[in-house]
Amino acid sequence: MSAQATSKKKAPVEAAVPERLTPALLAFIEEWKPRPGNLIMVLHRVQEAFGYVPRQVAFEVAERLEIPVARVYGVLTFYHLFKLKKPGRNRICVCMGTACYLKGGEDLIFELERELGVGLNVVTPDGEFSVEAVRCIGCCGLAPVMTVNGEVFGHVAKKELPKIIKRFREAACTPPSATT
Amino acid sequence: MAFKNYLLVCGGTACESNQGIALYQNLQRELKYQGADAECQLVKTGCFGFCEAGPIVKVLPDETFYVKVKPEDAAEIVAEHVLKGRPVSRLLHGADEQQPVRAAPELDFYQKQVRIVLRNCGVIDPDSIQEYIARDGYAALEKVLFEMQPQDVIRELELSGLRGRGGAGFPTWRKWLFSQQVANPVKYVVCNADEGDPGAYMDRSTLEGDPHSILEAMIIAGRTVGASQGYIYIRAEYPLAIQRLERAITQARELGLLGADILGSGFAFEIEIRLGAGAFVCGEETALLASIEGKRGMPVPRPPFPAVKGLWGKPTVINNVETLANIPVIILKGGAWFSQIGTGTSKGTKVFALTGKVRHSGLIEVPMGTTLREIIFEIGGGIKDGKAFKAAQTGGPSGGVIPPEFLDTPIDYENLQKIGSIMGSGGLIVMDEDDCIVDVAKFYLQFTVDESCGKCAPCRVGGRTLYNLLEKITRGLGVTEDIQKLKDISLAMQRASLCGLGQTAPNPVMSTLRYFMPEYEAHINERHCPAAKCKELIQYLISESACVGCTACARACPVDAIRGERKKVHVIDQALCIKCGRCYEVCKFGAVSRG
Repeated sequence: MSAQATSKKKAPVEAAVPERLTPALLAFIEEWKPRPGNLIMVLHRVQEAFGYVPRQVAFEVAERLEIPVARVYGVLTFYHLFKLKKPGRNRICVCMGTACYLKGGEDLIFELERELGVGLNVVTPDGEFSVEAVRCIGCCGLAPVMTVNGEVFGHVAKKELPKIIKRFREAACTPPSATT
Repeated sequence: MAFKNYLLVCGGTACESNQGIALYQNLQRELKYQGADAECQLVKTGCFGFCEAGPIVKVLPDETFYVKVKPEDAAEIVAEHVLKGRPVSRLLHGADEQQPVRAAPELDFYQKQVRIVLRNCGVIDPDSIQEYIARDGYAALEKVLFEMQPQDVIRELELSGLRGRGGAGFPTWRKWLFSQQVANPVKYVVCNADEGDPGAYMDRSTLEGDPHSILEAMIIAGRTVGASQGYIYIRAEYPLAIQRLERAITQARELGLLGADILGSGFAFEIEIRLGAGAFVCGEETALLASIEGKRGMPVPRPPFPAVKGLWGKPTVINNVETLANIPVIILKGGAWFSQIGTGTSKGTKVFALTGKVRHSGLIEVPMGTTLREIIFEIGGGIKDGKAFKAAQTGGPSGGVIPPEFLDTPIDYENLQKIGSIMGSGGLIVMDEDDCIVDVAKFYLQFTVDESCGKCAPCRVGGRTLYNLLEKITRGLGVTEDIQKLKDISLAMQRASLCGLGQTAPNPVMSTLRYFMPEYEAHINERHCPAAKCKELIQYLISESACVGCTACARACPVDAIRGERKKVHVIDQALCIKCGRCYEVCKFGAVSRG
């Protein structure tokens, strides 16, 4: 999970049109601008809207808050939660807290990588899935745990994974976002 | 009682994510449909602690305790229990072993527990300020505002002996006193809810189950030290806790418990929530403050301590969630009452997230001084699947492992330190014979390497080097000198790192070296992993005598490393084998061995 490992392959899915701050985000920034220590709260809201923090948007945030872009990126790269690359349409997060690790969390990751054919933090070519190893999500009684788009799966066995993947692949057949 | 029965459904994260929401909705529908909603009230509560067996439903007044309840069980619970008064015995704990236990107080799990911090978890609806008030909520605040002076509060805390539950165990009253003594018109109160230890969820459950207790304690802290603004710094990974806190803050404001003139006393206090963003180091107080200020969460050397110079340079009291949750009770019942619980140096109770290879994993609260044996074997029901206990780990990545010989040591701050671990925030992870101790040390080191902020070299470089050495050993490439190297680097990191993260990062290595040296030696000298966990050191073999040639293993093998004809002995090609263990799992005849 080192930086080199994550940047080996480029995310294949890039939005054709650069993302911009939406009116709702602009209003949020205006509301928070006068309050001290606002940057992290603003970036959380941005990530909630896009699933990651697009480059163009990070520049806009810096401009709106009147702070150097370097400060924005300083914060973005320091905290694990902020993503600079767009995740798959379905975001799989495997818990790597101690309880989940002892109960085979790592094996779930190996199996997902095999099943999807891509490594950790890489989006599948069709833009459908990406797998991340995440910090303890606090459901240790259900270990090993993973989440897909926020939905929690507890006591996950390796052999259940194909079924779970299939369910999300078929769910909500929205046309895949601008992939070419 | 206005209602004949109360149905309490756990609304904690673990139960809710395990179809608990659908269960609640089904119960609600069934109560109405079967015409029982006038005599039975449905309440969504905080965590009961028995997380392994969730979702949990508890029926009052007789405290019947249903486990692993599915949404489709709702109709039967309403029809049988609520309407006819007959418990649904198949949903009782132990029903599958023919030893059903009906009421919660009879469960072994609750026998040795004393609930102070978790007093309201699993009892009240966390979204209702009225229910909190009905359980003496905000009575402590009223007492502090109208009957006590700040020094009285601090004296009461001193008398109680309460120490910080975040890990280090610093006396809470001294922190408050330092801040109170600094003359500054602007001061802050901060609640540290950045629960970063892997395998720990005490604070999350407290916030989800009883958010008002934290608000009340923060207002009391504000009044005592002279602050008018509070911040709760909470992990963004805890959406349910955040949502309940936000609702609690709104409710408190509506009732005049927060705002410009609290209960007409003239005292003003406000609370804001600030989100963390996934940085373990932000549990360290100076890093946490930097993060609230919107910066990279890098620690700075202390002194000056935050109590004197903290958030935006102002005096700041920082307490963790569990510490704060104790305070209203101490104010109401008195410090002397609190100090009767626990051991000589460690007073009160401690909440643990009991997880790992224990039968009943969950959230427990026990008096300080309880032994590990009582926690693991009595409350936790022993080790899963009849395996042997190997070690327990406390204190997360900053803690150490505790071998079987210390099972009877009473747990308190000093004792844990003596045996090479720490209290930490309350993660208690149980390991069995299948867990490799070198691998566990490597796991924690990987965590601290990932989380090191990189500011100081001992932590940044030392942590990485320790990790590489452990990686080498688990791959069977270790040499005898590596042990000494591990020790030397650990010592250097402890002495020279800037903050607690780097100073304590070698603890998992030091304590495993201390108690499990033979296991390190087996990896190095014999290239053997006794727990059969390290993939490079194990081999899967098919026994000629036991194999019946069913082909199950060959079909399961993802890399076609197994050859053999039907009804003939199969063989694993070791050059191709990736050691995934599939063949071992699928063989019904025990013909595949691992070692």
